[in-house]
Amino acid sequence: MSTLVFLEHHGGELSTAALGVLSKGASLADTDLSAAIIGSSVRQLADEAGKFGATKVYVADDPQLAAPLPQPRVDVLAQIVRDKGIDTLLFANSVLAADVAAGLAARLEAGVNWDLTDLVCEDGNLVGKRPALQDSVYVDVGWTSKPRIALFRSGSFDPVETGGTAEVDDVEVALEDFSSAARMIDQAHEAGEGPSIEDAEIIVAGGRGLGGPENFTLVEELAKALGGAVGATRAVVDAGWYPYSTQVGQTGKTVSPKLYIACGISGAIQHKVGMQGSGVIVAINKDPNAPIFEFSDLGVVGDVHQVVPKLTELVKQRRGQ
Amino acid sequence: MKIAVCVKHIPEGHGRLDPGTKRLDRSGEGALNPFDANAIEEALRLRDATGEGEVVLVSLGPAKAQDALRKGLAMGADRALLISDDAAAGSDLVATSHTLAKALEREGADLILFGQQSGDADGAVLWAAIADRLRVPVVSQAAEVTHADGTLTVKRQTEFGYDVIEAPLPAVLAVSDAINEPRYPSLKGIMGAKSKPQEIVSLGDLGIEADRAGEQGSRTEVYALNEPPARGDSRKIEDDGSAAQAVVDFLAEKRLI
Amino acid sequence: MRPADFPPPFDARDYLAAPTDPKDERIEVGLLVVGAGPAGLACAIRLGQLLEDAPQLRQRLGEVPIAVLDKGKQAGSHLLSGAVVNPRALRRLFRGRKRIEEMPFYGPVLQESVYFLTPKSALRIPTPPTMKNDGNYVASLSKLGRWLSDQAEEAGAMLLPETAAEKLLLADGRVQGVRTGDKGRGREGEPLGNFEPGADVVARVTVLAEGTQGHLTGVALDRFGLGGDNPQVWALGVKEVWRVAKPLDRVIHTMGWPLRPSAKYREFGGSFIYPMGDDMVTLGMVVGLDYRDTELSVHDLLQELKTHPLVRKLLGGGERLAWGAKTIPEGGFLALPKRFHAPGVLICGDGAGLVNVPALKGIHYAIESGSLAADAAVAALQPGQTPSTPGALAAYDESLRQSFVWRDLQEVRNMRQAFGRGFWVGGAYAGMMTASRGRFPPADLETERDADQDLITTDRARSYPVPDGKLTFDKLSSVYASGNKTRDDQPNHIVIRRDVPTELAQLWERMCPAQVYEATESGVDVTPSNCVQCGAITAKGGRLTPPEGGSGPEYTLT
Repeated sequence: MSTLVFLEHHGGELSTAALGVLSKGASLADTDLSAAIIGSSVRQLADEAGKFGATKVYVADDPQLAAPLPQPRVDVLAQIVRDKGIDTLLFANSVLAADVAAGLAARLEAGVNWDLTDLVCEDGNLVGKRPALQDSVYVDVGWTSKPRIALFRSGSFDPVETGGTAEVDDVEVALEDFSSAARMIDQAHEAGEGPSIEDAEIIVAGGRGLGGPENFTLVEELAKALGGAVGATRAVVDAGWYPYSTQVGQTGKTVSPKLYIACGISGAIQHKVGMQGSGVIVAINKDPNAPIFEFSDLGVVGDVHQVVPKLTELVKQRRGQ
Repeated sequence: MKIAVCVKHIPEGHGRLDPGTKRLDRSGEGALNPFDANAIEEALRLRDATGEGEVVLVSLGPAKAQDALRKGLAMGADRALLISDDAAAGSDLVATSHTLAKALEREGADLILFGQQSGDADGAVLWAAIADRLRVPVVSQAAEVTHADGTLTVKRQTEFGYDVIEAPLPAVLAVSDAINEPRYPSLKGIMGAKSKPQEIVSLGDLGIEADRAGEQGSRTEVYALNEPPARGDSRKIEDDGSAAQAVVDFLAEKRLI
Repeated sequence: MRPADFPPPFDARDYLAAPTDPKDERIEVGLLVVGAGPAGLACAIRLGQLLEDAPQLRQRLGEVPIAVLDKGKQAGSHLLSGAVVNPRALRRLFRGRKRIEEMPFYGPVLQESVYFLTPKSALRIPTPPTMKNDGNYVASLSKLGRWLSDQAEEAGAMLLPETAAEKLLLADGRVQGVRTGDKGRGREGEPLGNFEPGADVVARVTVLAEGTQGHLTGVALDRFGLGGDNPQVWALGVKEVWRVAKPLDRVIHTMGWPLRPSAKYREFGGSFIYPMGDDMVTLGMVVGLDYRDTELSVHDLLQELKTHPLVRKLLGGGERLAWGAKTIPEGGFLALPKRFHAPGVLICGDGAGLVNVPALKGIHYAIESGSLAADAAVAALQPGQTPSTPGALAAYDESLRQSFVWRDLQEVRNMRQAFGRGFWVGGAYAGMMTASRGRFPPADLETERDADQDLITTDRARSYPVPDGKLTFDKLSSVYASGNKTRDDQPNHIVIRRDVPTELAQLWERMCPAQVYEATESGVDVTPSNCVQCGAITAKGGRLTPPEGGSGPEYTLT
């Protein structure tokens, strides 16, 4: 097997999620592992890749690649795959990575499985594991030919430093004319307010158990301390306590952060289907029979007005804020 | 300007996986993928802004996908094209993009629109694959689009905020659900939809060989359906003043803080 | 205290209007049917058949000779029943065109049992003659509705789902059609970015086939003084569909537990359990809405029913596939309107109260009445006739009175009213009524309005099972299982007084199977997006009106 991991980068740093996928790649047996870093003035990032398990890093460093646009990256990766005999490509999902992976699938006529949370070798086959139907069922998926493309849910794996070094291979950049047709006029800068709910790795959500809109500050404080986003249930949005853009659930957003802390939320199915794919669920509710305790990893039967501020304090202390 | 909108008919309700085929059970009733309504709406706005042009709906699906197309026609699209062929069942991204690309080539649209995702979570980043096959630029996650003199200016959302990207037509555009509020079809629109042109073609009509479509033309497969992994032991504690600390310890143990 | 002491601020006149759209913007159809249920679709199908042989009339009716409106997402989305269907009316409607075998039934009724339940046992009792089901077929009304809608479209009708009929268009003393509801309004009624106003749909004849608690039916009955001497009463049915491992070989009805027999509770009803093919079963609890206990919850009674050894065994660790709720008119013959027509309008089906309570049948009456309405409408549109003059549509009433619908209902006319006196007395009355084929009792019993019942409060809720998510379920997850994904910021479509005493608010909270109402310190809170439009609130002190077209449940198996 010859595996290549697409290492996305932003603001001069490799993406944590992509490094996580690299570590996953390193854990796969019977494969050599390489990484691709594509952009402008990115060569110095190659060392990082080595630390996380890549034995080779293909670097495509060219001003034409400065903007994080997908199509030029498809050109570069297709070329590497052809020239270097790569048979497996791994991506950590992002707006950019998804476009690249799908474009590459068409270019190479290669099967792509996305939204994967794991990848294993079974009987000589590569098998991807992915949730489906709002995370209520898991599907084993595979590829019928090579090359194979896998797109993992962001944050599926944690980066694990193995402390190696990688050989750098500079690749020539030759772009298709249509690939450079789209131009970046104004690139996004880090959003000021903290992550949006869809991208947040940590969400602290509030429900009716908070008692009133004024108590949403408890949720906000905890979210801030954890560096996360604020979510809300349909009931409190209906009651006007918090805006609809933060509503999680059947008629709101579906989220799957690494950590979801539910404060004063009963866990009715309309809410559950919006967050049941979360990595770890912590629930705080006064009612010991609240349905949320059936699918949370840690449930606290207690008063949110007592527990949450204390939790915020302790988190701040721990993070040295 | 000719705008093609790729739409999908998805199963109604909460979806069910057929244990036999291990794919989404599409045998029951269905409806227009709600995210495609944003794409149709944007197409209609762009057409109406230029004062001329045509909006064509293109879909790959079973015969009953006509219902989904009719909804788009009721909203104001001009024409619909349905690619319906048993041999196309079970197509993955590679096969679907090949089939759709052939149909879109035939249409020769200036702009091809997609919705953000599929309500049945079965669809993915089809737009990027289509753009590659058609050799045109693609911009995704569009939250705002304007068109002037054959160039699109797109404000799009990423994890880091908003980019502004320009792309010349012909191009492929995937719109996010934040871009607009799809209009409700008026009763007149619904009634008028029935008399708008609706074409159904087979793979053969598009010159697609059977081995490029359906399961034969796909490069991925489904092996098995499983229960979701158990969440692991769930713990429940009563707060006696120390719960907050217990939570912090738990989060630390899970390396979340 | 009675719910009727706090009537809703509902004024039928708000739902009557002259057409307001400019003439060239009005939508003109030939014949307008409101409601794509069995009555409305049978009407449309029959109309199509008649127009086949009347090309000149068809021409005169314009581009859209037949239009059928439905407030649900698709035909069938709001249809719910048991159901065991008497095929009589379908055979008549499709004579020479379709056989029963071609219709989407789940098989004929092969065997049946009636049980009297106690908390732990089930006493088999002989099937009362009025309930015998030989020759009848098990159906999902939602599925049957979808099939009928296909037939209606083939017959030339235009189906317009996601369209609520909000107002009755009235001008020059006659019904001219309906005004459809607006779409895209926010919580306070304010127009949103995609606001789409309703439209005036005008027609030569309007057929109201809205089903139980029909909105415009209520408005029409009121406006034209069509109501009979006795008020209508309703029952609330809550049902589920389950996948089961072991096929059920019979149709089952139960009485007794979990309802209480004493007259003071006024708990009339029972349950049904029907096989749907080899791998599915449907079961439901039906209870008259004249019950008095504020703690009664039909949804929770259904959950309780499932814990009975007989039922638990039948469900055998299966999986719940669907849930839904709907009211059934139960006043029978004595509560029928005194006229079923007015200038320009005809009323059919459950909206008119055409339900045989002891036999638990209404679908075949709906179909027959729809078909008869079509005959009358076409007759009234012949050259020289104008359907809008008073009496022009009287032929419909005539044909209804000559039909088996009338005969059946008349025979069992006092059945429901007898049960107001409690199960045992009611049962005795029922027995005598049946034996005498309706000649007993000599003087018809009075019907008392559901909302006039004095409320009592017991501790009934104590024995409701705590939902376990496998056999028993809470209301919210049931609303989810109904397919309801109504947007949250729609205007409230339920007309109801908010500042009511706690006792009444608690009645509503328990009554509503979809958890729309919540008792608070100051009265009652309403979450309209949960509403599955069952109609129970209209019987007990509020008034349901149709929300935005396309909202509510998306039934497929009910």
